[in-house]
Amino acid sequence: MSILIDRNTRVVTQGITGKTGQFHTRMCREYANGKNCFVAGVNPKKAGEDFEGIPIFANVREAKEKTGVNVSVVYVPPPGAAAAIWEAVEADLDLVICITEGIPVRDMIEVRDRMRKQNRRTLLLGPNCPGTITPDEIKIGIMPGHIHRKGRIGVVSRSGTLTYEAVGQLTELGLGQSSAVGIGGDPVNGLKHIDVLKLFNDDPNTDAVVMIGEIGGSDEETAALWAKDHMKKPVVGFIAGVTAPPGKRMGHAGAIISGGKGTAQEKLEVMAACGIKVTKNPAEMGKLLKSVL
Amino acid sequence: MKIHEYQAKEILRRYGVTTPKSVPCFSVDEAVKAAEQLGGKVWVVKAQIHAGGRGKGGGVKVAKSIAEVRDWASKILGMQLKTHQTGPEGQTVRRLLIEEGADIRKELYVGMVVDRGTQKVVLMASSEGGMDIEAVAANTPEKIHKVMIDPVSGLADGDADDVARKIGVPDASVPQARTILQSLYKAFWDTDASLAEINPMIVTGDGKVVALDAKMNFDSNALFRHPDIVEMRDLDEEDPAEIEASKFDLSYISLDGNIGCLVNGAGLAMATMDTIKLYGGTPANFLDVGGGATVEKVTAAFKIMLRHPGLKAILVNIFGGIMKCDTIAEGVIAAAKEVKLSVPLVVRMKGTNEELGRKILAESGLPIISANNMAEAAERVVAAAKGKN
Repeated sequence: MSILIDRNTRVVTQGITGKTGQFHTRMCREYANGKNCFVAGVNPKKAGEDFEGIPIFANVREAKEKTGVNVSVVYVPPPGAAAAIWEAVEADLDLVICITEGIPVRDMIEVRDRMRKQNRRTLLLGPNCPGTITPDEIKIGIMPGHIHRKGRIGVVSRSGTLTYEAVGQLTELGLGQSSAVGIGGDPVNGLKHIDVLKLFNDDPNTDAVVMIGEIGGSDEETAALWAKDHMKKPVVGFIAGVTAPPGKRMGHAGAIISGGKGTAQEKLEVMAACGIKVTKNPAEMGKLLKSVL
Repeated sequence: MKIHEYQAKEILRRYGVTTPKSVPCFSVDEAVKAAEQLGGKVWVVKAQIHAGGRGKGGGVKVAKSIAEVRDWASKILGMQLKTHQTGPEGQTVRRLLIEEGADIRKELYVGMVVDRGTQKVVLMASSEGGMDIEAVAANTPEKIHKVMIDPVSGLADGDADDVARKIGVPDASVPQARTILQSLYKAFWDTDASLAEINPMIVTGDGKVVALDAKMNFDSNALFRHPDIVEMRDLDEEDPAEIEASKFDLSYISLDGNIGCLVNGAGLAMATMDTIKLYGGTPANFLDVGGGATVEKVTAAFKIMLRHPGLKAILVNIFGGIMKCDTIAEGVIAAAKEVKLSVPLVVRMKGTNEELGRKILAESGLPIISANNMAEAAERVVAAAKGKN
């Protein structure tokens, strides 16, 4: 078991003909069961062609009809990325994973609004995220597969490389992962910490969770307050940006302390008050998790 | 991206927001001419810098004669204006706005930002205009009224009127306030703004509702569809190091410490800064080289970091995923040679090809201090910055 994706997931790549899409599709195919999982690509201008044996379709709906895909991964450049997400939602897939960085916030507000108003069941992961991996089964996204080990720890994070850091520490301590999920660094996104915590809570093969956040917004607080009353498994946490000055966007569009809100200190305090063990030292995320098992 | 008050007012006027008559100026003579042109008996001389808190810092002055306009303009132009948003060194004033005086009866606050929780634009309004709104939010949150705006239908008449009444707009002026609020939203949405603020929005003695000040920031991800807004960019207001970094697609922010950080990924970059602090040091910058760091990018990053006054050491922290550690090692060596590295360099590399990367660094003959994990790296760079090796 795992959350969101497993060896039976069938993936369509939107933006498969671009440089990034090609590179990562190749890497994902080489990982575990990837060869069987990545079965379709989309590009309206190249329908009927293929990418290294993966057939290219005019749109997601057609890819779904012909190959039975249930998950999409989006590498489409920012100006067209929100439309690509919507295309996958309209095709009624289970999950859309949007890797693209730099999508205008307004485009995301519009697509999220349509998803809500039409009660769409499709989940969105990202945008501006590394994707998600279920070790030894499937990876969808840009994370390095080889640092992961199959196991029973869940990892959820807004940041890419910081997720790898946590995974690397866990693996070194002999703790494998059930799934690692990057929810992305943008202010308007799909799945949030709370949603992923819920999935890990219900997953019989996850024993404990590392939750990594960063400055900006209040998603970590929301997740912590939920965990306090509902989480049956230990959660440990780290928040990046204790040293970040207010009003400056720290790389991620969502990582900004505005109006005195969204500081790392505030988040850490709420998490600790909700029973989540927190550390201020990112070098000790793995050790901290081990201590609660 | 930020713009000046006078530019924000230009945009808002196009959308139907009433503002006082005003003229942007770049010299004292222009300021005097502008005041004469505007006529009247009272003028306001306003420093144009991107930071807020200009009034408190002495950058906004009322003049009651043309001679006073000249006097204030010559004092404010060229001054180092210090506000709570500029940092201790302040910001040089290079532009002024000369504005007709206003008869203020009430000072209100209205602003819009994107609310992450509801994923909508939120209108925030308060009767406590002209003040630091963050202080109002902290001390008297009940005085801030919020409306989440539907992205399809926009700000409804009823919602706008309701908010206007709640913040104390007199009944007769409510229709005018509604126009301003709806125009502000339209401007926010059309221009891909990330912040639009009128503080204060005033009610004048004769019941007019006017935007006395205006501030707009924009989503940098959306600038590709707004060439007119990109033209408003004022590079004088930005950190030269940050401008230089952006040319190389590096995400860089200057800080006031003495340890330079070069990291891949925004989250890891923040975490690296935090670790340095935890071990008793202070970061000189935030720097994310991104996923595809080339030798050119790494070299540019080193050059930018080395410009930082008082830099004592550099920490490179790379988690090689797609990016291979040997590539980074070669980049670091090339950069260190090209820029004649004058401070200790600590490198921590992890991930793809880390052994090979370490070997390349070890064999380079450069005095690079290597570290196995983040904690060790932070400890070593802090020691190096303090002159202890």
